[in-house]
Formats: sequence, C-alpha cells, structure tokens
Amino acid sequence: MNLPTLLLMLPLAGFLIALAIPRSSPEGSRVWALVISLVTFLVSLVLPQVFDWNAAGEQLAINVPWITTPEIRYYVAVDGVGLWLLLLTTFLTPICVLVSWRYIQSRVKEFYVFLLLLEFGLLGVFIAQDLFLFYVFWEVSLVPMYFLVGIWGHERRIYAAVKFFLFTMAGSVLMLVAIIYLYNRAGTFSYPTLLEMLSGGRLSFAPTEQLLLFLAFFVAFAIKVPLFPLHTWLPDAHVEAPTAGSVMLASVMLKMGTYGILHFCLPLFPSASRQCAPWIAMLAIIGIIYGALVSMVQPNMKKLVAYSSVSHLGFVVLGIFSFTQLGLDGAVYQMLNHGISTGALFVLVGLLYERRHSLAIEDYGGVATAAPWLSTAFLITTLASIGLPMLNNFVGEFLVLQGTALANYTWAVWAALGVILSACYMLWLYQRVFYGVASEPLRSRLPDLNPREWAMVVPLVAMMVWMGVYPQSFLPPVSKTTARVLSQTQVNVPFLVKRKPNPEVARAR
Amino acid sequence: MQLWLIPVLPFAGFAINGLLGQRFSKTLVNLFGIGSVLLSFAWVLKTLLGLGDLSAAHVEHYFTWIQSGTFTLGCDFAVDRLTAVMLLVVTGIGSLIHIYSIGYMAHEYGPHYGGYYRFFAYMNLFMFFMLVLVLAANFLVLFVGWEGVGLCSYLLIGFYFEKKFATDAGNKAFIVNRIGDFGFSLAMFYMVKSFGSLDFTTVFQKAPTAPESVLTLIGILLMVGAAGKSAQIPLYVWLPDAMAGPTPVSALIHAATMVTAGVYMTSRCWPIYTHAPIAMEVIAVIGLATAFVAATIGTAQNDIKKVFAYSTVSQLGYMFVGVGVGAFSAGIYHLVTHAFFKALLFLGSGSVIHALSGEQDLRNMGGLRRKIPWTFWTMISAALAIAGVPPFAGFFSKDAILLAAYHHSPWMYWLGTLTAGITAFYVFRAIFLAFFGTYRGDGHPHESPPVMTVPLAILALLSVAGGFMFPVPQFLSAVFPPIKEAEDITLMGFSVAAGVMGILVAYVMYVAKPALADFVAANMKGLYTLVYNKYFVDEVYDRMLVKPVVGGSRMLLWRAADVGLIDGIANGIGSRARDIGGILRLLQSGNIRSYATWVVFGSVLLIVAMGMAGGLR
Repeated sequence: MNLPTLLLMLPLAGFLIALAIPRSSPEGSRVWALVISLVTFLVSLVLPQVFDWNAAGEQLAINVPWITTPEIRYYVAVDGVGLWLLLLTTFLTPICVLVSWRYIQSRVKEFYVFLLLLEFGLLGVFIAQDLFLFYVFWEVSLVPMYFLVGIWGHERRIYAAVKFFLFTMAGSVLMLVAIIYLYNRAGTFSYPTLLEMLSGGRLSFAPTEQLLLFLAFFVAFAIKVPLFPLHTWLPDAHVEAPTAGSVMLASVMLKMGTYGILHFCLPLFPSASRQCAPWIAMLAIIGIIYGALVSMVQPNMKKLVAYSSVSHLGFVVLGIFSFTQLGLDGAVYQMLNHGISTGALFVLVGLLYERRHSLAIEDYGGVATAAPWLSTAFLITTLASIGLPMLNNFVGEFLVLQGTALANYTWAVWAALGVILSACYMLWLYQRVFYGVASEPLRSRLPDLNPREWAMVVPLVAMMVWMGVYPQSFLPPVSKTTARVLSQTQVNVPFLVKRKPNPEVARAR
Repeated sequence: MQLWLIPVLPFAGFAINGLLGQRFSKTLVNLFGIGSVLLSFAWVLKTLLGLGDLSAAHVEHYFTWIQSGTFTLGCDFAVDRLTAVMLLVVTGIGSLIHIYSIGYMAHEYGPHYGGYYRFFAYMNLFMFFMLVLVLAANFLVLFVGWEGVGLCSYLLIGFYFEKKFATDAGNKAFIVNRIGDFGFSLAMFYMVKSFGSLDFTTVFQKAPTAPESVLTLIGILLMVGAAGKSAQIPLYVWLPDAMAGPTPVSALIHAATMVTAGVYMTSRCWPIYTHAPIAMEVIAVIGLATAFVAATIGTAQNDIKKVFAYSTVSQLGYMFVGVGVGAFSAGIYHLVTHAFFKALLFLGSGSVIHALSGEQDLRNMGGLRRKIPWTFWTMISAALAIAGVPPFAGFFSKDAILLAAYHHSPWMYWLGTLTAGITAFYVFRAIFLAFFGTYRGDGHPHESPPVMTVPLAILALLSVAGGFMFPVPQFLSAVFPPIKEAEDITLMGFSVAAGVMGILVAYVMYVAKPALADFVAANMKGLYTLVYNKYFVDEVYDRMLVKPVVGGSRMLLWRAADVGLIDGIANGIGSRARDIGGILRLLQSGNIRSYATWVVFGSVLLIVAMGMAGGLR
C-alpha cells in the first residue's frame, strides 16, 4: 500500500473506531487514542527510510481519480519538507494524547475523536498534491480544532473558537476562489501539472492576475501563520484552548500557513512573490520585534508563549522571502524547531496548570525548589526557544538570519534584535515562575514529574538536542526541496522582477 | 590527537553529576566533578606534548554540523600556540578552583541544601563550553562556546535562586551578553557575505584582500560582542552584579576565563584588525576608557568582591588596550597573569568571606592578618602583582601593554599609568581595610581548610613568578605580528612608581591616618557620591532603556496597538458584518404580507426605471 495513504488511513480508521467506543468507558478512549497515534508514529518512522534522500521531487506518489467532473483526484505525495512535517505531526499526537490523560475529564470520548480527526486533516494537508484535495484537508483540520477550543477550553472559549474559525475561514474562502480560478484557467487541480504547464510556458499569468492570485493564497496562509497584523486570533485561541489544542495549534497548524507559502505561493506565482517580498519581509520583521515586545509584558503564561510564536514565525516568513538557499532551509528547519520547542513549552505550561490551576505568572514563584525536574525541562525548553547553540532553534535562526543577511543585510540587523528580545521575555518568565521562594500552599501542590509526564518530556527534550547538535539528520532532503522551489521561482518571471523588460524577449514570448 | 576529549571529559562530569548527583555522596560528586576536570587538564598536557612546537595549527574535523547550499560548516577543533596558552589557563586554573570549591561549597551539602552537586555540574558544563570556545576552528563553533559560557554564567550567578537579586543579576548578565552577541552574529553574517565561510583559515586568508570598510565593520561588530562578554564600556554593567554568585564562580568565570574570551577572540582575529586601523583604535579607546572608569569606581566600593569585580573590568580594559595598539601577545600575556592574580584575589576574598561566615563588607573586617595568615600572605602577593610591582607577574604584562601603548600614542601610556596608580590604591585599600587595623566585626574568624589554602598557595606562587616563568610573548611570537613598543627604561620606571605611589597613598589613608579617608570623602562629596554610585550608569540605563521599552510595550504596543487597534479593527469588521446581516435579516421575515409588499415595491421601482429608460421596445 502507498505509505502516505496508509499514514492517512490510520488516524481515520482510529477516528471511526473511536466513535464506536462507548461513552461510559473514557479509559478505553484514552488507550485507543494512544495506541493508534503510537502506531501511526511508528509507521511514519518508515518514511525517512523509504524516502530517496537524493531526489528533489515529490515521492511515494499515488494519483487516482476521486470525482470525475470536475476532475478532482486523490493525488498525494511527499517531498522533503512535507516529510518532516508529517513526522512532526505523528510525533506530537501521542504526546497530545498523554498530556490530556488527566487534564480532560469531561466528554473524554469526543475529545479523542476530534484529536484523531485533527491528525487526519493535518497529515492530509502536508501530502495533498491536488489543490482541491488540499483545500478539503485544510478545512477538515479546521473543524476539530474549532471544537477542541470551543468545548474543552477555558472561560472565553466560545469567543476564541468563533474568532479562530472566522479568521481562518475568511482566508480560506479567498484561497478557494483562487483555486477555482486556477482550474478555469488551466483545466486542472493537479499541482504538479500546473507547475509543469508554467515551466513549459503553456500557462502564464498577466502581472495583475498573478498578483491577485498570489495575494488570495498568501492572505489565507498568512492568517494561519499568523503574520503581523493578522495575528490577533492566535493569543485568544491559545489562551482558551486546552493544552493539547495549544500544542497542535502552535506546533502543526501554524505550519500549514508557512508550508503553504513555501509549497504553493512561491512556485505558482514566482514574480508576484518576489515583487511582494520586501513588503512581506517588513511585516515579518515587525512581527518578530513586535511579537517579542508584546510577549514580554504578558501577565499570562500562555499568552506570552502565543505572542512569542508570532515572533518565531516571523523568522520563518522572513527566511522564505529572502529567496536564498540558506534562508529557505532555515525557514523550514525553524518550522520544525518551533513545533518541537513551542509544543514543549505548551506541554510544560499545561503541567503547571494542572498543578496550580492558574495561568497567571504572578501566581507562581519558587517552582524550582518544589519540582526540580519539571523546572529543568522548562529551562532546557526555554534555552531552546531563545536559540542557544546546541539546541534546535539556533540552527534555524542562524540559517534564516544568514540567508536574510545575504539577501538584505539591513533586514538581518533588524530581525536579529528579536534574538535579544527573546532572551528578555523568556528569562524573565522563567525567573518569575521558577525562581524565588515557593509559598507553602504552592509547594504542597507541586509534585515533580510523574512517569507519564516523563514520557512526554523526554522525547521532546531529546529532539531539541538532536536537532541542535546534528541537523544533518534532517536538512539534506529539505535542501533538495527548497533548492527546487528556488529554481521554480526563476520560472515565468520576466515581467515583474526585471523593471524594464527587454521588448524583444517579450515579443518572442 | 583526540582533541574532543578535552571538552567532553568535563561534559561527562556534568552529565553524571547533573543526572544522578542528587543521590551521590560528597565524595562521589567530587570524584566526577573534579576528576573530570583534572583528567581534562592531563589530556591537555599530553596533547600539547604530543603536538611538538605547534608552529602550525593542528586541525581536527569531526562532522559536518550545518550544510545548506554551498555553505558548509564543520564541527572542527584546532590547536595552535594561542589555543595552547588558553587551554593551559582554562584547565589549569579551572582545576585549582574546582579543588578549592570542595572547601568553599562544603556547607551546601546536606539534606536541606541540594546545591553541592548542582554547583559542580554547572562548573563542569562551564568548562566544557569554555574549552569548546578556545578549541573552535571556526566562528560558529566558537559562538557555541561563547553562548554556552554565558548560559553557565547565568546559571551560576543565579545559583542561590531563591534570592531575587541573584536571579536579577543572572538575567542582566545573560541579556547584556545577548546584546553583545547581537554584534557578534552580525559580524558572522557579514563574514559569510564577504568571504563565504566562517572557518578561521578561510576568513583570515581572504581578509587582507577585502576592502578596509568591510573589515572595519566586521572588526567593530566583533568588538561589540567582545565588549559584552568581556565587560567593556558600555556593556560592563553586568559584571559587578555577577558577584551574586558563589565566589569560586567569580574567580573562574568572572575573572580568570570567561570574561577574557573577548580578548582571546579579538586577538584571534588579528588578521582582520591589522587591516582595519579604525576598528583597532576603537578597541584601544574603549579599553582605556573602561580601565580608567572602572578603576575609579573601584576606589569607593565597600563590598570586597565588588572592588575586585571593578578591578577585573579595569584589567580587561588593559588587555583591550594591548589588542587595540597591536600588541596582541601582550594582551594575552596580561590575560594569563591576570588569571593568576585575579583568581587568587577572588579565592582569597572567598577565604575571607568563608572565615567570617559570609561577611563581605570591608567595613566589618579589619585585623585579619594574624587570624588568617595563609589567606593574608597569598593575597598580598596577588595585590603586589596587580599593582605592577616588579618582579611580580603583573608587572611584566602590564608593562608590555603600556610600552606598546606609548609607541602607539603617548597619551594612552600616561592615562594607563595613572590608572595603574589608582589600581594599586584601591586594591591595597581593600587589603588594608580587611587585614590591618583592628577587627571591626563580631564573628570568630578561622583559617580555611587546606583544600582551600593549597590552591591559594599555588596561585600565589604563580602570581609571584608567573611573569618570568612563562614568557608568553616569546611563545606567541610565531602567531602574532611583532609588537612595536617603546624601548625606554624611564617609562617603565614611571609605571612602577605609579603603582608604588598608589600603595603608599592607600597605606597613609587606611593604616597610618585612618581619619584621612573620611576627611577626603567628606570634602569631595559630589565626586565621592558620583563614584560611590558608579556614575549612576545602572540608573541611567534603567530610566532610558529598560523602563521605556517595558512600559511602551505594555501601554502602547499591547494595550493600545494590539488589543485596541488591530484586534479592534478585526472585531469591528466582525460586528459590522453582523450589523449588516441584522439589517438584511429583516428582509427574510417569513411574513407573506411583507414579502408581497416588497414584490409590489420592487415592481413599481422596476416599471419606473424602465419608463425612465425609454420604455420597452
């Protein structure tokens, strides 16, 4: 069987079976979700083995008809970027199951049903090669997240869930229009075919047409990233979401946006991308600095981490729009890094919440004395998050900033300020929560990590170290894919990037 | 030669103690914590003996760390003579300080204190990063060590993490260093832009062919990094606060090794600097200004560790003067001798603090020379060394720097000499206040155990004889361009005289006529207040930088811009959509009669419109 399809079917089957588990047995739902997500993870570990590290294109493809008119195909394949995003998703889902083990006490069955459906949708997004299929998965992932926030969230969960849904829908409607427009122009939803037509000259867009199409896709993705100033749904959604929801949202769902930009916007609309690059880079840099500054003054731990995501994702967008090999590689690596380290931050904040039932920083202090291992794990994650060398984020930030510096040194200067600020907000948070003297009631309510919690924390920390010390385990296929994206952005560009097109070339075309 | 073993041994110590130390006995913690460092020292000796005269660098490549496109970066180590000097200082002094810590940290062991194993784990981690820093064969691996030592510094400054001032100081150290690292990173980005590589060999090979403006920019950005790590103006403010950590930390990290990393790095980059005279001038001026300013602050501090902290800032300034005037080997020479005598001054004050059960205020000491004679005599040798009295170690290195400074521009020599006099004054002020006169405290001072005094004695030996025992400049002449220095015995005489004068003034003011000091302070009240409060630099930074940024972020960016404006617009669009929907909803009333009305109304409108358009044709 086609491996990506198998990966897709596992959580789907898990979801269907989970529906059948009686509501009276919450333990059954938990165990089942854990088993199926672990099996999915184990199967996904085969991917890097069968993946050809020396080839650039999509691999492990399957392309069969789904709907005949209009012609929509079940066309899935894996490239060097999707490969790691798939693994990130399958790696984090069991952790999300574990982190909800005690946290979710009401409607347990429905919770895991939605979690498995979410995994299905997310996996689909990263492998779909048919634009319509991509759109379907994009929307499928939206629905369970809406319910995860809306049902199991905190006090203002309905507001946050609706806001999240409306923001994302606003973008995805634009994208749907653009997808249908593309179909009318080219007669196909197949993404590789579209690229072929573009490179073969059988399809080309007029400048305005390309710009509008680019913006339709880009805005949908930018909302998801989220790029400043489209980010305000994120802090609300994060604060209200249950821990597992925050983890999936920050670690994987935000990457749908950056993946979309890299995978669709750049190759399909190269000249519009390059034309808009300075503006987008500026927004990304504003996001980096602004996100960090706003993060610094948050009184709520989850909000702090949420704004820090705005800052971190700014690096990813900046790297992509540097149009350099280093910048793109760094951006992809930073997507994965952010998935691991911010996911871990949300997990750890969740563990604190389970103990103290508060997200307010001022309710803590002195946790290091009461729960030293929890504090150590949080410290390592903090250090990863602020880009300490030998931990994962450093590699990504270095590549992004270096790539940006090669493209435009001034951008790199501004963006590097974010590295200073990240130390400010994270260390200040750490000081206020973990250092100092623990009050007696806090001390008694703060047991250290239990075995289930160790089982979540150790893999996350191990990944931070592995990805920081030996990135060559991950980067080569990424480089192959991004190199191809870069070469694709050279295609079909003559009219906008060159300010004054050569009239002879234009005539020949 | 298995260079990797040198840093990995302490790392193993860190891992073992960090993971299991909680359950270990003291002996077991010592075994891993100190044994690993001693082994590392032994491995350094073995390696250096095996490598012969080291006239060329010995490079080892382990694996490709980062590769992207044509940019490749290896995990590479290299040893040349400069690294050899640094390795010996780091592991040698490091071993002594680790041994000393057995005694100093002893009270941290017990059921109520978990600090003992944690201390040694952090110290070992520091050794790992520091050794990576000096062994690195490219800038990014150096940066690994560079940031890593900063982390350990943060952890050890905030070692007593229940005290807010300690963790504040830790944060301050990390963040100020990050500002420096901002400059360092930007320098690296520009190197890759200009030279396509971060390997020392490639960069230094291509540097001479690059335009001077590029090298000047890179040089100044690197100096920003060095100013952060090595506590130079305007980024020196973290180092005095860093004294919140245990005293062995102050000795190892904040005197002997980590803070000298900036001097090492800039010296390492001499091929860049020698082609960027403006950058060198900047370094020399910053170094000299720091040396002078920090020395003046040192004259009015009452905390014994703060005195030596400002003294460290000041002495680091001297080293940068050496680098800035092109006397790289003199800078490194002073780095080495300073490691001897400053580590000793800190360990000695640690012994004093230990003897007085935690007392650090010079005003509560006095008359200690009979009560803790070992500490006294060893500290005297360190004080004479820092005062530049021949033939103590500091004399040789300071003199080399000052003579080179004179050759560069005489005013630097004169200001440096004045600073040397002030240095001698404030160091002996501290010595006289602590050890002479009568005891002003109410404790029962006791001499430290041999595990502390033996390292003191060894360092005292090095402070006395280290200058002529280790002729560093000759050893490094193979690495650096030759020093141009003034050959003038009278200049040497002036600087020695300044030192002796400083000691004499301190003697008069604090031993012979103790009332004089108060008289001076009372009569120069304005100046004294200014110096006593460290020129209010911390306050200025707080008002001008910290408060506006935090307050602005809270009120303007978060409350006004983010919640008010951006989210307001988004929610506004949402509620406008609802309002419009609310109006449109009235149309869909489900009431047949209202539909009929709308139909009639619409028909009339249509007919009128058609009529106005000329009717149906």
